[in-house]
Amino acid sequence: MLRVDGVTKVFRTGLFGSGSQTAVSGVSFDVRPGEVVSLIGESGSGKTTVGRMILRLTTATAGTISFEGEDVAGFGRRDLRRYYARVQGVFQDPFSSYNPVFKVDRVLGMLRSNYLPGLSDQEWKRTLRSSLEAVSLEPADVLGKYPHQLSGGQLQRLMVARALLLEIELLVADEIISMLDASTRIDVLNLLGDLKRRGLGILFITHDLSLGNYISDRTLILRRGRVVELGPTPKVFGDPRHSYTRALLSCVPQLHRKWSDEAGSSAASENGDSTAVIANGGGLVAVGDDHFVASEDERA
Amino acid sequence: MSLAVDNLRVYYRTLRGDVRALDGATFTVQDGEIMGVAGESGCGKTTLGKSLIRLDGRMRVAEGTVTLDGVELPIADDRAMDTYRFRHVSIVPQYAMSALNPIRRIGRMISELLSSRGVSYDETLPELRRRLALVGLEDDVLDRYPIELSGGMKQRVVMVLSTLMNPSLLVADELTSALDVSTQKAVAEMLVEFRDRGFVKSTIVITHDLSILYQIADTILVMYAGKLVEKGPAAEITEDPRHPYTRLLIASLPEVGVRFEERRLTGIAGRPPSLLRPPTGCRFRARCPLATEECAEEPPFVELAPGRHAACWKAAA
Repeated sequence: MLRVDGVTKVFRTGLFGSGSQTAVSGVSFDVRPGEVVSLIGESGSGKTTVGRMILRLTTATAGTISFEGEDVAGFGRRDLRRYYARVQGVFQDPFSSYNPVFKVDRVLGMLRSNYLPGLSDQEWKRTLRSSLEAVSLEPADVLGKYPHQLSGGQLQRLMVARALLLEIELLVADEIISMLDASTRIDVLNLLGDLKRRGLGILFITHDLSLGNYISDRTLILRRGRVVELGPTPKVFGDPRHSYTRALLSCVPQLHRKWSDEAGSSAASENGDSTAVIANGGGLVAVGDDHFVASEDERA
Repeated sequence: MSLAVDNLRVYYRTLRGDVRALDGATFTVQDGEIMGVAGESGCGKTTLGKSLIRLDGRMRVAEGTVTLDGVELPIADDRAMDTYRFRHVSIVPQYAMSALNPIRRIGRMISELLSSRGVSYDETLPELRRRLALVGLEDDVLDRYPIELSGGMKQRVVMVLSTLMNPSLLVADELTSALDVSTQKAVAEMLVEFRDRGFVKSTIVITHDLSILYQIADTILVMYAGKLVEKGPAAEITEDPRHPYTRLLIASLPEVGVRFEERRLTGIAGRPPSLLRPPTGCRFRARCPLATEECAEEPPFVELAPGRHAACWKAAA
């Protein structure tokens, strides 16, 4: 459905763009319908830039991003509107996604006037009710309210509901639960899981490995703009092949296993790793079914 | 006994009345203890930390005492607290990365801070260098501006600076929240290292992240809606939580290994009550699956077993 192929993004920096900074370098992956792909990386890894390029909020310097075979870069205004009716994004801060002066209904109303002008009031009400239902919000609890009257979890679910008003096929979710409290974030995550079952493709961008592990089918680890490891989530987390992935995993604070216990076991697994690898183009090497790893000496 | 807090109530003044952000906290922190304070946003954990160091203009101490090494701290009196701050009590504030003066070189800023406390910079310099080296910073950070340092480096500078006078109590508020996982681990372990070396006696680590506390804290205090919910040794709180809130909170945390497809975790329905007019009785009552009529009466924060406290009628059983 979505295909990202060798995408690179170089930002001009400094006076008159004299310097340049490569934020994303040769990233390739795809997202299929009914699948959650998580894009995991630390700050500065380029994960948000990838999401922004997919949403055409910024353009790629090289490489192509195509949706259902059509190159996103070539879209004119009208194509873009059609594109946004099928692909939507939700971002990190639910409090700044809304204009605090207006009631939350406004973001929904704006979407209606932009994308669904032909809809009758009755149809609109029905669509609204079903998409609020899909994110388990009670219409009376949220409609007619100002953003400050709602919790972060409610606002974030409402942002997802807004995307669902359109019959979208792909959702780009950039750190959508990082600002939420532990007791509510899991509900938003489960919501993504339910949407996936209904056939939605989701690109889940996060810095939090345990969240990515919980929800996604495939995982992509980014480091300094490059893909370090890519594969089915249980493989990437259960049998990480790149030393960077392993280092990241060993730093994740867990509830029932201490960092100090980890030290011995990770050293042991590094020694016992001598699986033959098959060379593959694009700097990534296949180490198993659908599981790719960047070669270790590539320290860009 | 290093720190003893007794029935502390700190309210925020607003036009609509007092917000009871911290409503009756009683606990002790031993010498050499790292106590973690966990809870969701608005539970009063930051208010608790700030009230031990410096109240901001909107805060007012309604009741309670704080005793450090046998001396009662004048927490309601900003001026009088000045003699204790930095020497006896110290804080690594939330967003410590923006705590450094952007137009001063680090060294100059530290020297100004020390001289304001009547301490000689030159005499402190060898110890300062030693501690910077300990946290993996080169001497030349002293000649640099904050903008030249990464987030993790700034965080470490602030930590060294806050503990330079070997305070009895250090409050670290969301120290690691803005850091990447690998830096997070290094900074969190530094807190333990500082305690082990005697740079600080007792530490209060405030965070929303229970799993970080499990890694570094000796004891964990869980808060909800301005009240203490549960306190106990870190391993016991995570392995055998007694309060329904702690249980549900821990059950909602996805850990590496738990997957949506295999085991669906659940959150806690509802949201915390408004602290402007908090409900009577147990404040978790409206969201609690075990609540009965007796919860309409407020449960006391009692000792269930040595070192284990909880405020729940059901926890004793």
